[in-house]
Amino acid sequence: MGTQKLVLIGNGMAGVRTIEELLALAPERYEITVFGAEPHPNYNRILLSPVLAGEQRLEDIVLNDREWYATHGIALHLGCRVVDVDRRRRVVLAEGPQGPIEAPYDRLILATGSQPFMLPVPGVDLPGVLAYRDIADTDAMIAAAARYREAVVIGGGLLGLEAANGLRARGMDVTVVHIMPTLMERQLDAEAAALLRGALEQRGLKFALAAKTEALLAGDDGRVAGVALADGRTLPAQLVVMAVGIRPETTLAQKIGLHCNRGVVVDDTMQTYDPRIYAVGECANHRGIAYGLVAPLFEMAKVCANHLAHFGIGRYTGSVTSTKLKVTGIDLFSAGDFVGGEGTECITLSDPIAGVYKKLVIKDEKLVGACLYGDTADGGWYFKLLREGRSVADVRDRLMFGETNLGDTGHQGQNKAFAMPDAAEVCGCNGVCKGTIVEAIKTKGLFTLEEVRKSTKASASCGSCTGLVEQILMNALGSDYSAAPKKKAICGCTELGHDEVRRAIRTPAADGTRLLTLADTMAALEWRTPDGCATCRPALNYYLISTWPREARDDPRARFVNERMHANIQKDGTYSVIPRMWGGETSASELRRIADVVDRYAIPTVKVTGGQRIDLLGVKGEDLPAVWKALDMPSGHAYAKGLRTVKTCVGSEWCRFGTQDSTLMGKQLERDLWRMYAPHKVKLAVSGCPRNCAEAGIKDVGVIGVDSGWELYVAGNGGIRTEVAEFLVKVTTHEEVLEYAGAFLQLYREEGWYLERTVHYVKRVGLDAVKKRILDDAAGRRALHERLQWSLAEEPDPWHDRARAGVDERQFAPLSIA
Amino acid sequence: MRATVDTREAVAMDHDEHGRLQPAPRTVPIAAAAASDAGLDWLDVCAVDDVPLQGARVLKRPRGGDVALFRSAAGAVFALLDRCPHKGGPLSQGIVFGERVACPLHNWSIGLADGQAAAPDVGCARPFAVRVADGRVWMDAVQLRAAD
Repeated sequence: MGTQKLVLIGNGMAGVRTIEELLALAPERYEITVFGAEPHPNYNRILLSPVLAGEQRLEDIVLNDREWYATHGIALHLGCRVVDVDRRRRVVLAEGPQGPIEAPYDRLILATGSQPFMLPVPGVDLPGVLAYRDIADTDAMIAAAARYREAVVIGGGLLGLEAANGLRARGMDVTVVHIMPTLMERQLDAEAAALLRGALEQRGLKFALAAKTEALLAGDDGRVAGVALADGRTLPAQLVVMAVGIRPETTLAQKIGLHCNRGVVVDDTMQTYDPRIYAVGECANHRGIAYGLVAPLFEMAKVCANHLAHFGIGRYTGSVTSTKLKVTGIDLFSAGDFVGGEGTECITLSDPIAGVYKKLVIKDEKLVGACLYGDTADGGWYFKLLREGRSVADVRDRLMFGETNLGDTGHQGQNKAFAMPDAAEVCGCNGVCKGTIVEAIKTKGLFTLEEVRKSTKASASCGSCTGLVEQILMNALGSDYSAAPKKKAICGCTELGHDEVRRAIRTPAADGTRLLTLADTMAALEWRTPDGCATCRPALNYYLISTWPREARDDPRARFVNERMHANIQKDGTYSVIPRMWGGETSASELRRIADVVDRYAIPTVKVTGGQRIDLLGVKGEDLPAVWKALDMPSGHAYAKGLRTVKTCVGSEWCRFGTQDSTLMGKQLERDLWRMYAPHKVKLAVSGCPRNCAEAGIKDVGVIGVDSGWELYVAGNGGIRTEVAEFLVKVTTHEEVLEYAGAFLQLYREEGWYLERTVHYVKRVGLDAVKKRILDDAAGRRALHERLQWSLAEEPDPWHDRARAGVDERQFAPLSIA
Repeated sequence: MRATVDTREAVAMDHDEHGRLQPAPRTVPIAAAAASDAGLDWLDVCAVDDVPLQGARVLKRPRGGDVALFRSAAGAVFALLDRCPHKGGPLSQGIVFGERVACPLHNWSIGLADGQAAAPDVGCARPFAVRVADGRVWMDAVQLRAAD
């Protein structure tokens, strides 16, 4: 048990999430006490709508049962109202079912949430008038639906429509009264709202729009019986649900003298004006905004936990939120400034027959808002673009048609998660079906892609189904899907993202010292683990050697097995050996040596690879040095995150159609670039004419000979998702091809994130940014090419110069017992 | 047999290669370790320095499967059967971090002390008894000579 005492007021999602994050960081630091006003343990408030609609049960939505609190030694006081906090003595005073409770604190978290706003109209206190906020409200609505026939929901926003849909599903005759002329005006424009209204009317909902509620009328039995509108109409209703908005619950905070202004005012570390007291969730006001969705609350929880754990590196800087309605069968998504206006441009697509409407709002070449109805498959992608704030100028003409971050392979080309049956396989690597993922999201209370990966392994291997999994999350959680944060930490060992780490390595300290070793880097950047993990160590090692070539020493212990053994590990623990053949050309003497090696070392399989090389499969680890020596050919680096091969067609030397000597060009490129490590593997191809037999259109760099010179294409990919390379430039000479291709690859080496292929790198920074550096800036291009040459000049061949390559010979020599 | 052996004596003899601050070693009193090891037939396997820091060596056995001998960055020595409980990957070839190793085939994270896979994966690579004394690595001869 910790020596410090932490008290949480408010047993809801934001507060308990903070505790969970804190336990993960510093499980021993605090003795924790939790007060909750409701008699239930922490449950998933956003799944109340499916409960109301009868799609889930109350017991399904509990996130932390009582046992969880007990396991973590947390004192839990349920049904217990905190009446005061003595900030001088640092004691929380509460009124429980068994009498008053006092709890001293060193740190205090306020997570009091919000209160539904009730319209100040006559009759608001009548029995049968409810808010829609917690389990008690939901229970009351379910009970009323069983006994009464007519309901009115006041408020045509997200919550109101979910409530109306749920009541309708339980058989009630429901009218939605909304003061504005269109539904969900804070999330949808008029066109999308009209489509939504039509879809809901088809399900039997009725609407009174632009209608002001004047009074709630009582019946003979004293229960509410009707709603009187300002236009004179009266709607019969034995149940009235108010869903016109929420207000941060600050009664306690105000009572104890904390500064409040539409919420408890907090700074970027979630501290209130009393630094011992934090506020998270809907009760907090950060930079003038009180958030009402779960995703921002979770980001706050992370920062707050970070501060409580004395890491002190997390800062909350606000969230961009998106909205999705949790009404089964209705697909809408909106984010950012979807209305547009002065200085913005709109791209719209409208197909009323198919019920599809899409609107994208662009300002200064950046996506600032999106409103989708009927087809929201690309919502996740638009939301990402919006949060990243990157220029969309280069993809503008295709923006409307989406991207979805989906691969085509492994899931039959499916790209719409909601259309998939539960039994359909989503993750082709780990064999995870849609139903399994949905089940895990609901029963285990998952909110993020990372959590789904951890819990089900879906999308945890090749990642091609990431977009599908994100859609499934979005469909299950609605607005509360917590999209991948803008900045992604490299791994759990740090808060820092790839860019920050690269910058820190590149920038010398004030006294001129530079980070050259893994240990120094981890110490300087305050890594949480003593020696990192299998994710961050290879990344840091790459960043060091690519930033400070010839100075930073490659650390083989931070290399994956293939780059440490300089061969590809196979499923049975043997290795495959692929010698380099420049441009895919070989000779009789090389083939003879290969044949002799295969015989002498009893190598079971010999295969021609997709990159025009010969692969010797099933070589024992201890035989590797002898095999390399007998082959007497350079390393093919077929195991490396680095230059693999330059594939070529025969070209003008032999081919009757050839216009350029593609084989020579390929050999020159390969000699120029070999031994080049990169963020990920790099494949090139050179074709001698536009027939493109070398398939240069799906390579990291593709070169196609035409009669007047060479066309260069970059950032293609033939893997999980086939990506056609983008045209970069046309040049005339072989020297120019070497310079432009080398400069592009050096830019990727300097700016790419570890394990990011060129296609993803170029998508992230934009092709325009690449063109600026490679085409518009001749001096910069030459400098890039020179830096590449300089880095590679001293690089040893790891097969034949093992000492210089830092290869530990012990790895080839097993021990045995006497 | 469970390895309840003091593997952390090595810390006292080994300097951290990086000269970095390491977490304080949790040493087990020699007497307690000796008591739990009583009756084992300790066999000198190799010098501690034969196993690379933050790395591993493969130890061939006459009848059973290979053993992976690990040495953490802090210098502690561990021994597991060199087979990942997932698909049999050679754990000796994985990246060693903290007191864990990442399997080279599919990145399962295996605890060096107990061989247990980290959640959500479930499985265990069999641990072998190992101790360090006089700069040498000692293992249980009976366990090493047994078939799997």
